[in-house]
Amino acid sequence: MQRQSRDHFDASTIPDDLAPIATVLSGMLPGDWRSMRPLINRLKCVKCGLCWLYCPVQCVVEKPRWFEFDLAVCKGCGVCAQECPHRAIRMIAEVGR
Amino acid sequence: MTAVTDVSRSASNKPRFVVCEGNEAAAIGVGLARPDVVAVYPITPQSSLVEHLSQMIADGRLRADLMNVEGEHAVMCGLQGVALAGGRTFTATCGPGLAFMFEPYVRTPGLRLPMVASLVTRDLLSPQCVWGGQQDAMVVREAGWIQMYCETVQEILDTTVMAYKIAEHRDVMLPINVCHDGNYLSFGVTRVEVPDQQEVDDFLGPPNINWHIALDPSRPMGVDPLTGGAGGAGPRNFVRYRKGQVRGMQNALRVIREVHATWGECFGRYHAPLVEEYRLDDADAALVTIGSMTGAAKDAVDLARDQGEAVGLIKIKTFRPFPLQAIVAALAKVKRIGVVDRSVSFGWNCGPVYQEILGALYHTGKSVPAISFIGGLAGADITVEHFARAIALTRELEWDRASNEPVWLNESD
Repeated sequence: MQRQSRDHFDASTIPDDLAPIATVLSGMLPGDWRSMRPLINRLKCVKCGLCWLYCPVQCVVEKPRWFEFDLAVCKGCGVCAQECPHRAIRMIAEVGR
Repeated sequence: MTAVTDVSRSASNKPRFVVCEGNEAAAIGVGLARPDVVAVYPITPQSSLVEHLSQMIADGRLRADLMNVEGEHAVMCGLQGVALAGGRTFTATCGPGLAFMFEPYVRTPGLRLPMVASLVTRDLLSPQCVWGGQQDAMVVREAGWIQMYCETVQEILDTTVMAYKIAEHRDVMLPINVCHDGNYLSFGVTRVEVPDQQEVDDFLGPPNINWHIALDPSRPMGVDPLTGGAGGAGPRNFVRYRKGQVRGMQNALRVIREVHATWGECFGRYHAPLVEEYRLDDADAALVTIGSMTGAAKDAVDLARDQGEAVGLIKIKTFRPFPLQAIVAALAKVKRIGVVDRSVSFGWNCGPVYQEILGALYHTGKSVPAISFIGGLAGADITVEHFARAIALTRELEWDRASNEPVWLNESD
């Protein structure tokens, strides 16, 4: 409602105090409210892809030689760090934002 | 069970009369309003209303989809989808069914969906009880639904049709509960006049239910998104919607009067839209009643008048929104007030209507002694004799002998 990207249709004829509707797109991505973020140690990572498989929001992005995380989408749940067989991922606190 | 007349294929403009119970009168009213979807789950004393509607649909006399759902919660969820898709809806419930419906029920007014639902009022459990009482309706009086209480079987039919016009008015856009007393009105059989289908069509006009909020691919919108928390614009947005909802309720007071007046012009039956004053001029004391009990109360008032007692009656038809101005105008005429409730206020040790009448008395600028009567619980009959006793106690009221204790009318029956 507040974070506008593009209008879907002209809602100006509808009184704005009638019923709660949203006519503009808001991604509502979980990155806004994450309290922890994953940090990957590329020396330990063997590119097995288990983190990519387990991530519930599918924020693990495959690069030519490593995996990284889309931090706009990551919600900081820590499943990747828990499941990584080589302990290549650890969770660090989001601070100073 | 009485015969259902052919409602949708009438060929003449002459008034047609049927003899039917209140639940059937409600079903006939629903049929005349031509809903697109009826979703129902049966519950005593509403069940025969559902049966009549099912029969009308099965016979092809009402072209509506009947949704047989697994419970009242699904009833209201399903009908929200229907209304958001632009369909006219109907359901009916009471008591524990209403309690099960509560979660989607309280969301409906905030979505401004103009639904019509009958409450065939029933006392709430426990103690176990399947009989009439208005406790269920009184519990949801702050849920945001409009509540109109019927006195007669004819009034059920007429109010059910009128409710669609009131709910769908653009200044209102709120759901309506047409309340009629379980047992006394639901199964009470009288003669009623059935209006002509074409005239009802002209009276109601075509529905336009989802112009403001819709499930519509050509107008994609998020329905009922989070408004957001403190620190942002969320609470401000929330207040804007709430204020709009409250304003819609106040607008309904005007629209209810207008629609009742139009109904009278079209069909010749004028029902008091908000409050009825009965023999109130020059009255010293007045009873306040709500629902079907009013008939016996009027008889008791007539008997008292025959004895030369200056007694009148104030009947509440519209309880939500509370018709403050009309009530204040009526209360200002009398010096003693007795309020008869068919339910209890657990918090105030009295009836809920009594408590709200005390709130209205503040606006009259004078204080008068008042007394709370509670009767008709669990299907008990409030007879003319009970009302005669209520009148006698009300006429004796003096400030120095005022009591905060309610009088339980059926306690010694």
